[in-house]
Amino acid sequence: MQQINLLLASIPDGILLGFVYGLAAMGLTLIWGVMNVINLAHGPIIALGMFGTFFMFSRLGINPYAGLIPVAFVGLLVGILIYTVAVHRVINAPHLSSLLATFSVNMIIIGLGTAALTTSPYNVDFSAGSIQLGSTTLLGTRLIAALVAMLFTAGLYLFLYRTRPGKFIRAVANNRAAAELMGVPSTRILALSFGLGTMLAAVSGALIATFFPFSILAGGSYELKSFVIGVLGGLGNPIGALFGGLILGVLEGIIPAFLESSWVPVIEFGLFVLILLVRPSGLFGAKK
Amino acid sequence: MKRSLFSFLTIMVLLGLVLSACAPSAAPTEAPAEPATAAATEAPAEEQPAATEAPAIVEKTITIGFTSSLTGAQEVSSKRQVAGFNLWMQQVNDAGGIKLSDGTVVKFAAVTYDDESNKERVQELYTRLITEDNADFLISPYSSGLTAAASIIAEQNGKIMVTAGAAEDDAYKTGNTSLFQLYTPGSQYLLSTVDMLKTLDPGAKVAVVHENDKFSTSVVEGLKPYLESQGFEVVLEEGYASDTTDFGPVINKLVESGATVLLGGGHYPDGSTFARQLYERKAGLKFVSLLVAPADSKFPELGDAALGISTSSQWELKATHTEEEAQAFGKPWYGPTGADFATAYEAATGDKPTYHVAGGYMAGLIVQKAIEDADSVDPEKVKAALEALDIFTFYGGIKFDTTPDAHGLQLGHEMVVAQWQKNEAGELVREVIWPADVATSDPLYPVPAP
Repeated sequence: MQQINLLLASIPDGILLGFVYGLAAMGLTLIWGVMNVINLAHGPIIALGMFGTFFMFSRLGINPYAGLIPVAFVGLLVGILIYTVAVHRVINAPHLSSLLATFSVNMIIIGLGTAALTTSPYNVDFSAGSIQLGSTTLLGTRLIAALVAMLFTAGLYLFLYRTRPGKFIRAVANNRAAAELMGVPSTRILALSFGLGTMLAAVSGALIATFFPFSILAGGSYELKSFVIGVLGGLGNPIGALFGGLILGVLEGIIPAFLESSWVPVIEFGLFVLILLVRPSGLFGAKK
Repeated sequence: MKRSLFSFLTIMVLLGLVLSACAPSAAPTEAPAEPATAAATEAPAEEQPAATEAPAIVEKTITIGFTSSLTGAQEVSSKRQVAGFNLWMQQVNDAGGIKLSDGTVVKFAAVTYDDESNKERVQELYTRLITEDNADFLISPYSSGLTAAASIIAEQNGKIMVTAGAAEDDAYKTGNTSLFQLYTPGSQYLLSTVDMLKTLDPGAKVAVVHENDKFSTSVVEGLKPYLESQGFEVVLEEGYASDTTDFGPVINKLVESGATVLLGGGHYPDGSTFARQLYERKAGLKFVSLLVAPADSKFPELGDAALGISTSSQWELKATHTEEEAQAFGKPWYGPTGADFATAYEAATGDKPTYHVAGGYMAGLIVQKAIEDADSVDPEKVKAALEALDIFTFYGGIKFDTTPDAHGLQLGHEMVVAQWQKNEAGELVREVIWPADVATSDPLYPVPAP
């Protein structure tokens, strides 16, 4: 009975968290899907999103959710900049080159961040209340973060399927050479895609900052989760990433009900290897 | 494309070789700390000829080596420890150093590197401190895990290492003879908290939830049998990974277990997060004691989530030890008073000292005392002086185990229990709540619900 109560208490929490994990992973998987680049600067971008919320809320008094708009905008610009400076020249090179390029960006951001912000933990002292459901407490910050993650997912979906640049992105993801022959400006579209991916990462970081502490190194663990989610949902499949995020969030909620919480990463990464072996295209299929 | 990648990698490798050839022996990021530079101007004069009329004043600079975590998980507490050590070194050097009977004046310089809170790096850097920087004595890094890594290098090279922020017991029970521990051992960390609970609520149901690391595990290993011997029911025991940020599932488990008291935690990052989430989730506990985090002056940044959270503390200014206490115990007093130490620290940093600061200061003070007692800087004589030490300071008693089974383990020091409470102005202040004879306030029990 106690285990069932524990499950009932933990699952809603896991689902809410899963939406935010999914949003972070969507950024990673979008970039992979469009240009076959694994963005190793994903973690630091998430951390920069966290600091965006921190500085806007703590220093300027801006509500963290209103602050998402500038965070998203800056995230988009930073992504376009990273693409232009570090990725574009190696976009057609073997994967190792783009891995090294984005890893270098990762190290630059972490180095600058450590010098400017140290690695001390930061907190955004913001509360959005809580809702008591039986024996579980749903935090307002997580509830809103899940809603925002859903909104961004819907927005991304509409953008990709209902707008001209979105269709261009899908065309470039599908066959870049053919898209170029049809007059699609592939360089700009690739830069936009990279920007969108980093925007999603920055926004997920900004949301996570409302309920977890963070430092400039904090993005690393969410980057790893994004890899697991990407593989679960199918690399290159942004909507699959959302479901992958939900699965991971729920797992993180229910595993501690039965085992010590230190087993969570063991099971998560065990699942990662298993999916790679048994269904490498992910549970929801990789990009077509 | 393959060719261009090959060219790129070749250029990078060549560039790396050129840079490493041009680099000085120490990388710029690992430059000695400021005090080392300052002390370097005080040139050692070991070889000066003896004067015929007055005893020659020979100045000798002793190098103390240590790593600190300027980055990574241990940053907060490690920086405090180093700040305390630097204060001691500045004071002893400004006072003219230690004067030995043969006319030698001993001054100190520090060589320190950022260990990034990383064990592998600690081993690499302590080797470097010993073999390249020729450190005479070593201070431990902060945290038991990093110290365990450093202690292997110190022992292999026969270097004395005073361990400051390292409470875990095991490092002293493996036949080491070069380590000297300043903190009360981890296995005794929460015993005084249990004594206090026994008087407040002997029927309390206890949950033990702790970080899965060397230090916290050693605390729990000492805590569990003591809780049982005192008749407490342990309703939950759970470990969590050091980088845990979501304590939601653990808190759900805690609530379901029916626990009324939580004892546990680990270090600053996890402990402060745990405290915040306990408050947000209205865990409804009567009492919470967490390791390390609540002892830091950053902790009140959590706001109301800090209220009522208690910690076991190695030293509190409000319950600082005094010369009268030393007399009562029949032990010799040594060093400044707690008030003088705190005033000097506040003047230097603008911050109030925590027990991590006091630990860093004491590490230096103990080396100073041992050199004075040995009347020499010879490592063997200093080691013998450390083994014979049995003194009382503002930080408390200092006496090391000299048996082969637990050489260097701290025997003379006792801890207090501190709790964040609100003063009349509504500000969060850390009060000493146990032992009763040094308490500055009654325990807040049960802690008010959020």
